[in-house]
Amino acid sequence: MGELLKVDKIKTEFKTDKGMVTSVDEVSFDLKEGETICLVGESGCGKSVTSLSIMHLLDKNGSVTHGSILLNGKELVNMSEAEMRKVRGNEISMIFQEPMTSLNPVLTIGDQLTEGIRLHMGYSKKEARDYAVEMLKKVGIPRAEGIVDDYPHRLSGGMRQRVMIAMALSCKPKLLIADEPTTALDVTIQAQILKLMKGLRSESKTAIILITHDLGVVAEMADKVAVMYAGQVVEETDVFTLFDNPKHPYTLGLMKSIPHITNPDDMRLESIPGSVPSVYNMPKGCRFYDRCPFAMKRCLEEKPELRPIEDKKSHSIRCFLYEKEEREFEEKKQDEKEVLS
Amino acid sequence: MAQYIIRRILIAIPVILGVTILNFFIINLAPGNPVDMYVNPSATPQQIAMEKHALGLDQPIIIQYFHWLGQLIQGNLGFSYSTREPVTSLITSHIGPTMLLMGISLIIGYLIAIPLGIISARKQNSWVDYLTTGFSFFGVSVPHFFLGLGVIYLFATKVLLFPTGGMNTLGGSGSFSDLFVHLILPVAVLSTGIAGNMIRYVRSSMLDVLGKDYLRTAKAKGLRQFIITNKHALRNALIPIITVIGIDIPMLIGGAIVTEQVFQWPGLGLLTIQSISSRDYSTLMGINLIAAIAVLLANLLTDIFYAVADPRIRYE
Repeated sequence: MGELLKVDKIKTEFKTDKGMVTSVDEVSFDLKEGETICLVGESGCGKSVTSLSIMHLLDKNGSVTHGSILLNGKELVNMSEAEMRKVRGNEISMIFQEPMTSLNPVLTIGDQLTEGIRLHMGYSKKEARDYAVEMLKKVGIPRAEGIVDDYPHRLSGGMRQRVMIAMALSCKPKLLIADEPTTALDVTIQAQILKLMKGLRSESKTAIILITHDLGVVAEMADKVAVMYAGQVVEETDVFTLFDNPKHPYTLGLMKSIPHITNPDDMRLESIPGSVPSVYNMPKGCRFYDRCPFAMKRCLEEKPELRPIEDKKSHSIRCFLYEKEEREFEEKKQDEKEVLS
Repeated sequence: MAQYIIRRILIAIPVILGVTILNFFIINLAPGNPVDMYVNPSATPQQIAMEKHALGLDQPIIIQYFHWLGQLIQGNLGFSYSTREPVTSLITSHIGPTMLLMGISLIIGYLIAIPLGIISARKQNSWVDYLTTGFSFFGVSVPHFFLGLGVIYLFATKVLLFPTGGMNTLGGSGSFSDLFVHLILPVAVLSTGIAGNMIRYVRSSMLDVLGKDYLRTAKAKGLRQFIITNKHALRNALIPIITVIGIDIPMLIGGAIVTEQVFQWPGLGLLTIQSISSRDYSTLMGINLIAAIAVLLANLLTDIFYAVADPRIRYE
């Protein structure tokens, strides 16, 4: 399967009254067709900004200042607004966190669904409407023929999120970005929505970027995972390695803070002490320094890079603790190259 | 919906009755008497008493009210004390010019205000925004009489571009172009005020809507900014705009009293001022009543249009 999306060291900055603020720094990951990557991290770590950067949906004061985003080899970073419009909703589409406010309250469901279909697929009004009904049925909306003429306020949150998914998938995008699609929904609806997304994924080979802070969702959905902290990817690996063999101290901390069903009743969950550094005052060295149980002196001064280590699957970590493994892997690759040449 | 409208109209009946009571008694509380205004200053007390008796003004005020109300129900608004013309025909002859003047002013005002308000919100904190809000501030804060006198001074006396007032040139042909020239200055004054007020509502309401999640959804679909602004955003910003229109519409009837006076526009506004200064109570009450009905109707229309603009609003 070919590579669909390659995000390479992007840096997203916002112009504010206090000067330029870097929200996302050196975020890299790539994605093949039909693959699902989860971006995990706590609130404000840059997950959403990363996805909005890909879509060019940042507020006016924000922009990607470094790095590149390749979609099927096309550079998105410096793409014009007119070109971007052909990508949005067509090649990449997006589902948002808040289904209650993501639909326009004064337009009918059908109106909102057919807009994109007519724009990108060139259907007539009638064809678009029939297709919209078909999409609504596909995402499991009962009475789709009636709902299509109804307004969003008559639907529940779960139903609205289904409508959003129908809307996002209607133009058969190659990439779907789902920004915490289940956070605002209750658990049973969450499970339904995730099941729906999985079904649609296997049907249409759509690649998914799933943003979440729920590791349960990650275990359910992901092929691979990028753990983000303070605007950077600190660990990237496949989902099994992440749960079996997490390496970065932040990932380790996250894992320890999840309740487990086999835990004794009186066991207290561990938490990561401290809080995320402010965007106005990012540490020079490792951003996790303040909160890291393994912090060393050099972590304060030097900035660790995201480097791969040798593992069963590809696994990259941004931490000096694994410098030896990283170097060994590098040398091994070098040797292999020499042997090949 | 139909039921709701019928109920609203039925509720309007006691409201109008209340308006007639307030209208009649407050006007009659005012010092002075219609008779004082138009009898000969040298008239003897007997003559004045005779006149009062002839007009029914010597009867107790309650009796006068019911007499007036009885006539009103039959569609008779009485006679003007000063010109002895029927009030109904006075009002019908003055309502046309007012509706013409106000209708044009409202339409021009909105045609200026709505696009400017939208642009101003879209380009918040740009020079376009500053210019627009500056104009809006000017339109709202400069009093109409001042602006009216200002434009008369500049464009009718210093530079003889337009007539100083009136609706037609006296003894003129009464042609359309003559009317048009007479309309320009008062319309300019009125629509500046109307637009100034409306711009503020359009701008703030659009600013509110432009930050909403569903506009990001619309953008994520790949829609053009023009469609996002004018279809997705504007429709959501309509409620405050409809409210302001609903408040403006009674002006179609009530007229702009001050502006009509400044430009000697022969509308209901001018008639109002004239009937106040001549203690012409029956005419004044007639105008007030018509204005009250216009307000009630405009409120009902506003509520109906709320439901049209926003499907979440339903009247049971």
